[in-house]
Amino acid sequence: MSTPVDIDQSRQGLGGVLLTLLAYAVALLMFFPLFWMLLTAFKTEQTAVSLVPQLFFTPTLDSFREAMAQGSTYNHYAWNSLVTAVGSTLIGLVLTIPAAYAMAFYPNKRTDFTLVWMVSTKFIPAVGVLIPIFLVYRSLGLLDTRFGLLMLYTAMNLPIMVWMVYSYFRDIPKDIIEAADIDGAGVLQTMVRVILPLALPGLASTALLVTILAWNESFWSIMVTNHEASTLAAFIASFRSAEGLYWAKLSAGSVLAVAPIVVLGWCAQRQMVRGLTFGAVK
Amino acid sequence: MAIVELKSVSKRYGDKGANAVEGFDLRTLDGEFIVLVGPSGCGKTTTMRMIAGLELNTGGEILFDEQDVSSVPAKHRDIAMVFQSYALYPHMSVYDNMAFSLKLKKLDKAKIRQRVLEAAKILDIEHLLDRKPRALSGGQRQRVALGRAIVREPRVFLMDEPLSNLDARLRVEMRAEIVKLHRRLKVTTFYVTHDQVEAMTMGERIVVMRDGKIQQIGKPNELYDSPVNMFVAGFIGTPSMNFLKATRRGARIDGEGCGFAPAQALLDQVDEGAAVWVGVRPEHLRPARAEPAGGGAGRLSGRVEVIEPLGAVTLVHLRVGETRITAQLEGRPQVEVDDELTLECDVESLHLFDLEREHSLGLQATPRTESSVALG
Ligand SMILES: Nc1ncnc2c1ncn2[C@@H]1O[C@H](COP(=O)(O)OP(=O)(O)O)[C@@H](O)[C@H]1O
Ligand SMILES: [Mg+2]
Repeated sequence: MSTPVDIDQSRQGLGGVLLTLLAYAVALLMFFPLFWMLLTAFKTEQTAVSLVPQLFFTPTLDSFREAMAQGSTYNHYAWNSLVTAVGSTLIGLVLTIPAAYAMAFYPNKRTDFTLVWMVSTKFIPAVGVLIPIFLVYRSLGLLDTRFGLLMLYTAMNLPIMVWMVYSYFRDIPKDIIEAADIDGAGVLQTMVRVILPLALPGLASTALLVTILAWNESFWSIMVTNHEASTLAAFIASFRSAEGLYWAKLSAGSVLAVAPIVVLGWCAQRQMVRGLTFGAVK
Repeated sequence: MAIVELKSVSKRYGDKGANAVEGFDLRTLDGEFIVLVGPSGCGKTTTMRMIAGLELNTGGEILFDEQDVSSVPAKHRDIAMVFQSYALYPHMSVYDNMAFSLKLKKLDKAKIRQRVLEAAKILDIEHLLDRKPRALSGGQRQRVALGRAIVREPRVFLMDEPLSNLDARLRVEMRAEIVKLHRRLKVTTFYVTHDQVEAMTMGERIVVMRDGKIQQIGKPNELYDSPVNMFVAGFIGTPSMNFLKATRRGARIDGEGCGFAPAQALLDQVDEGAAVWVGVRPEHLRPARAEPAGGGAGRLSGRVEVIEPLGAVTLVHLRVGETRITAQLEGRPQVEVDDELTLECDVESLHLFDLEREHSLGLQATPRTESSVALG
């Protein structure tokens, strides 16, 4: 009984250890900048820029205090981030669900093409459409408005949302939808009582993902807003001043900006993994 | 409960290609149990889905109690369907699965509860009502699917190969269960299977299909006794009917290694010198007694190739001329592989089929019931 286990372990031992080490190394490599940012946030500006990187120092909250000191700016930006991220996600879901429903349950010859086309719009670099969108927004008076930014985020995430929700819907056996039909459920009842509950983990992880994407978005936020509708991305950028970078303050600001989303992601981790592997496990 | 009538119903998927179902004609009795049987791809599911309203017929009419329902959507046809995959709602308990349609009908809670409990009792699943489908075995899911159908008290039951995901023992058990259920509820039922044993044991009337067309409609024994063509003859009954090529010579029809003396009425259907297929069922063959005392109306001899003892009977496969045939012999006959064996059969067990068109010859001589007949 013990022999095969031993063999198995020794075989794992050869490549396994190396692979594990590699995984740790990669994880560390990816985590390090964040870790350093976190450290820097607790440093003074002097220690932050010292030529010898300081791992041990007396932590201080000065940078946070300074970052927050600009009145209620943080709250203002955070509120904008929240409104645009959550708002665009909600509007996105309202648009996505019927679209994905039609494509998943009533596919036709052009469904595949439509999907690919939608996702292919993501290949266009944002700068490529900056000028037209800027001009349109200017004439519509949408520049520096939360609504304008929210619509941009909705449009930006819609292809991913439709694609993801479509694939979750596709995992629902057609028989079940037909059973509901025969049981006397209309389209809306089938949607509310059968499809949405079954796709809930998928919908949740889709919503979470695009909320994070919108929250972290910086290009449009900086380009089409000035102050009124600026999000935390602009808040971070604002620490770049003419005299140079204030590393500690920048770090503190960044920590403050990503903290909410990290906490959210952490809490929803299990839900997220379940959603992303929904089709595979079922 | 309803009389279901299909009038030359046809279905074509897409704009081009052949019809998946063509010229389907059938009128049920009220509360009849109809089995649709045929090989995979012959259009059974398509027919079923058209009756359900999940698929619209592209030709003909479908009537429930003389009313054309061809354009009525599934949810208003008042039918219940049991899917091959069961199609239970995975996120609902067994109780909720069964209650779903009743809730949609806005029945009051007490009434729903009463109906669900009643159905659960009939199907012996009362102890499972709180479980989710994933916590059920295949047989239990099957029962829940049946339960979900019967609480509806629908006009028509549709079942598409409902037992094909169960193991052999459960299948036999559920077969009897469904027949019992039907006898109790008396709802007009369409039951699809590709298994002719299921068809024979369950159907009050059987519709044999092939390539989208009805081959024959009849009671189980009618199909067995007077198949209209070689397809039905070969499909109904296990092991399958044997077919031997033979030529009429005077009062006899003789082939390689075999010779037959059919009844005069049957013989009259064959021109002198013409070749036909002679059909004999394996279970109608027996070891030949010594001539001339024995004889029988048919005789065939060949070399034994395989022997399959099944206990009560023994299947003997032998080669007669160029043809492989099977005989189902009583008990344990004293034969060995490579033996020369001569078999005989009685005159009633002979079937003749046209060489090209494969339809039965001389069927006209047999009295027919109201069942309609279509030649392929
Ligand atoms: N949705 C569909 N689209 C196109 N062809 C179909 C579709 N469903 C079935 N068919 C075709 O129709 C024929 C009959 O199929 P089906 O009714 O499922 O047969 P069965 O249930 O007897 O196995 C088959 O040739 C099948 O390929
Ligand atoms: Mg089928």
